[in-house]
Parts: sequence; C-alpha cells; structure tokens
Amino acid sequence: MLKYLLEKEFKQFIRNPILPRLVFFMPVLMLLVMPWAADMTTKNVNLVVVDQDHTTYSNRLVEKATSSDYFIMAGNAGSYEEAMQQIEIGDADVILEIPHNFERDLKKSGISEVLISANTVNGTKGSLGSGYLSQITADFARELAAESGRTATVDIRTPQLDVIPNIRYNPTMDYKKFMVPAFMVMLATLICGFLPALNIVMEKEAGTIEQINVTPIPKTTFILAKLIPFWIMGLIVISLSLVIAWLVYGIVPAGSLLSVYVGFAIYVVALSGFGIVISNYSSTMQQAMFVMFFFMIIFILMSGLFTPVSSMPDWAQKLTLLNPLRYFIQIMRSIFFKASTIANLWTDYIALVAFALFSNIWAVVSYRKSS
Amino acid sequence: MNMENNIVIHTDKLTKKFGDFTAVDHISFDVAQGEIFGFLGANGAGKTTAMRMLCGLSKPTSGKGTVAGFDVYTQSEDIKKNIGYMSQKFSLYEDLKVWENIRLFGGIYGMNDKQIAEGTDRMLESLDFTQERDTLVKALPLGWKQKLAFSLAIFHHPKIVFLDEPTGGVDPATRRKFWELIYDAAEDGITVFVTTHYMDEAEYCNRVSIMVDGRIDALDSPSNLKKQYCADSMDEVFTKLARKAQRTGD
Repeated sequence: MLKYLLEKEFKQFIRNPILPRLVFFMPVLMLLVMPWAADMTTKNVNLVVVDQDHTTYSNRLVEKATSSDYFIMAGNAGSYEEAMQQIEIGDADVILEIPHNFERDLKKSGISEVLISANTVNGTKGSLGSGYLSQITADFARELAAESGRTATVDIRTPQLDVIPNIRYNPTMDYKKFMVPAFMVMLATLICGFLPALNIVMEKEAGTIEQINVTPIPKTTFILAKLIPFWIMGLIVISLSLVIAWLVYGIVPAGSLLSVYVGFAIYVVALSGFGIVISNYSSTMQQAMFVMFFFMIIFILMSGLFTPVSSMPDWAQKLTLLNPLRYFIQIMRSIFFKASTIANLWTDYIALVAFALFSNIWAVVSYRKSS
Repeated sequence: MNMENNIVIHTDKLTKKFGDFTAVDHISFDVAQGEIFGFLGANGAGKTTAMRMLCGLSKPTSGKGTVAGFDVYTQSEDIKKNIGYMSQKFSLYEDLKVWENIRLFGGIYGMNDKQIAEGTDRMLESLDFTQERDTLVKALPLGWKQKLAFSLAIFHHPKIVFLDEPTGGVDPATRRKFWELIYDAAEDGITVFVTTHYMDEAEYCNRVSIMVDGRIDALDSPSNLKKQYCADSMDEVFTKLARKAQRTGD
C-alpha cells in the first residue's frame, strides 16, 4: 500500500511547477550568497585556566580576566592536556596557560609569556575570546609597569608578555567555514520544515484528504508516505550543498561523511514530523505557513546558528534544550571542524532521535481520519 | 428482496450534535443489499453529516448504527474496507493522470499491480475513456470526472457505495449516463446510498428518505410517497415536506 502512496507523492512533487526547482535552487543560492553576509559579537567565553605558577601575579591575571564581562571561569586545569579535554567536550572555549616561574621571570627580567589557545569551531567566539584575553594580558602588563614605577622596589622595567595564539580546529578563523555547515542545517530546516507543513493541509484544501480518510488506509502508512519523500528530498539537498561547499569554499567535513549523513537523516525525520503535526492542526495553508514561520524563527534564532547559545541569558539557554536545531548545529560544527564522531556526540544524536520519535508519534496521533 | 436478512445499513436514533446545534436528529432506517437508496433533503438538512457518520468520517453523538455489519463507533476502519465513497466536492487527484488515480486507489484498497492493470483496462473501456488514460484529471470535463470518480469508488467492489450529490453541476445527458452506471453497480449487488437535489433522480431510486431539519420526515418508495402526499411527482412531495423546514439552507 505504501508503494502506491509513495508513487503518488513523487509524481505530485515532480509535477508541481515550483517545488522541484525550489529544492534545487535554494541550496545553490543560499550557500553561494548567505555565508558572505553575517557577523556577530561574543560574550560569555568559557575560560579554562592552567595556572602552573600559583603566585600573586598569576592570580591577579586570572582575576582580571574573569572579572570582565567576556569570560566565564569554566574551571582550572592541572595541565594543558586536561584543559584540552574540556575544550573537546565543549565546556571551554579558550585556554589561558600561565607557565611556571611566571612571577619570578616578570620580577627578574620583566619578561614572561602566557599561552592562549582558542577553540575556533565557533570562529567568532574563539577569535574574539583570544583577542579579549590578549588585551587583558597587555593591560595587566601595563598595570605592573605602573606599580613598579610607583613603588620602585621591584626590579621590573617594562614587563613584556608574549602572547602566542594557538588557534585550534579552524586555524584560519574563516567565518565562512564556520557558517557554511550552519547554512546547510538551515536549508534542511527550511525545506523539510515548510514543505511537510504545507503538504497535508494542501490535501485538505483540495478535498482529496476526505477521499483518503474514507479508505481503510492505516494512519501510520499515510504519515510514512508523507515522510519518506521529504526524507529523500532532504538528503538530496544535503548532498547538493555538500558538493557546493566543497567546490566553492573547499570545505569538507573533517569528520566522516557518514556521521554527517546519519545526523541529517535523523534531523530531517524529526523536523518533517513536526511539519506534519502543524499540517494536521491547520485547516488552511495560510495557517500552516504562519505557524511554521513562527516556530522556524524561534528554532533558528535560538539554535546557536547566528549567536552563540552561551551568550544567551540562562533561561534562554535552558529553552534551547527544547530546540532540535541546537543539537544538530552542534553536531555539524563538531564534525566539520573537530572531526568528532558519533561516539563523541552521542548525547546530541540521542536528543535528535528523541525529537524524531516524539514529533512523528505526535504526527500519527494528531492525524485524524474522523472528526 | 428479503429485507430482513440482507440489511447492510442499519441506524437507530443516530444523532450528531455540533455544540448546541443538532445536525442529525435521531434518524432510524435500514437499507437492504442491492437497493438504490435516495437520501433527499434541502441544503443544510443534515444529509452530508449523516452520510459522513455512516462512512466512518464523523463520530455520532448518540444512537446506534451499523454499516456492512460493523459498528460506526468502534469499527469505522472495517466499514471503510467495505464501502466506496464519492463526495460532492470532486476529490480525485487533479495532478495525477487518469490511470495514476486508478492505480493509487486500487493500491490503497489492497489490490496488486496485476489486478489494478486489468481493472484499469476494463474500467476505461466500459467508460469509453481509453484514449484519456494518460490525461491529467484536471484536464477532464466535469461530467467525465464524476463518472471516473464513481467508477473508482466501486473499483474495489465494495458492498456499499456512498454518493454525496454525485451529479451536482452536471448536464442532464451526462446525469442520465451517470445513473446508468449506478444501475449497473446495483445489478452487481452493490448497495447505492445517494444524496441528491434532483427530484427526477429521486424517481430512479428504489426507496427515498426525505430529511427536514435533521430528521427523516418521510421514507418509502417514490410511488408510495407520491400516493401518501397526493402528489404527481417527487418534486411536489419534496416541496410539501421542505416547506416545513425551520432551518435556512446554506
């Protein structure tokens, strides 16, 4: 039975004067135009400190950094390796390493160095974070100079700290590189969110849904027949945009293509199910369109796509936990830049699977064959 | 016709309310197998609502009803396996070709590719549609669409076919042809439950019920009804009954 319904869906899609073109041109235009047109500012950068000196000076520097708006103290680490682990699990964005003898060197020769490492998977955040930290460090150096001038007891001339930026994962800090995977996600979101939302309601307006409802067709079969075409369409759109990303920007996922596709496969199902839910509750296309638009804007703005989730107020950050897009963007960026695997990101994958199950069960339940 | 043993539709005080509004008000009737049962009433009398309940598209508020031996409350999906339905709003897929519509609905009712292919040939031939096989449905004239929709509604050999104003907006010649199809179906043992506004069509039915304000005010064969209401035609019977209506049509 499913076979006949799928045939129908594909024929209808192909014959639609607009949809097949849209599905082709949207990825092309979006990926060629959008990555050039966006910017952002950053706050709440998670700082992890590796203090190997444990002196007044090192404490002062750390305090100076964390007392600013820019940084949140994500923790202390005993070693650089330990700090890197925190970055890897996503708890930290920037590492400040203060070497042993920091204070002694400063007092002795007036020259010491600190190491700043930034996670630029979220490029803006990483680069701005390390930039802020450099400024704070330079500021600290000036303070020390002023103090020494006044007291004149410590033998410090002009303290000079060399900052060695060590930018991880996105070495050129290319903003486009950072946004392209996000736009792929957005594409999948638009196509697999709006089209299903309009689909069933289209049948309601045409009156054909009544003819379907009066047949013994099981609800699950009907919903599956609606879902599968969008799923396939979503994967085509993704393949297309992966090719564009590679040809135009030279961006290929650092991680495996398989984990990219697995993520998309789950995400598209989750979102299409949600679209069908909206379609089920709407009686006109206008309604469906408007409601979907409302959710889309929330999903996109609260996903970390344009503004980092960590810059949001606490309550908003908690709300993003209900947003499937948030998990998926996390997954994509990690795979694209950190070569993360499904095993690394399993909690995000599980969250997506949960969304997919939830929205599709809801889709089947909310589809009513009788009133 | 043995009315007692071959009841395919049975209702007892079947009622549907929408809030305070009683669309269908305690209707009780039986329809026997092979019968052509006319379901008449002015606009807004509750015909379509009653039919939707019998088809499992709408749950009754109270009363009893069985269709093809299945309960309208609990076994609506079993009912759907045994009925065909054609609604007043033309509801084939306009963007599918003729043969694609046939294939879709054949498939939905569990027919396999071979059965569908054979059935399609037979149907198109008997409708004289063979050359329209690859035409998109939206390109067909209304009368043709209606004939196609009817043929599709009985394509899977249901026990009962429900027709909701099947000939609305169709010219008289096509309507006659349409009724020939209905007679053919009834001869094959398919029970026909049909709503209509055309009183000449009411004359074609074995029995006719007339709904006024959600109630069935008259139910008998056309000839008996005419006698009972001292009328020359069904048109006159209908006018006499419909005049009592309190509701305004749509």
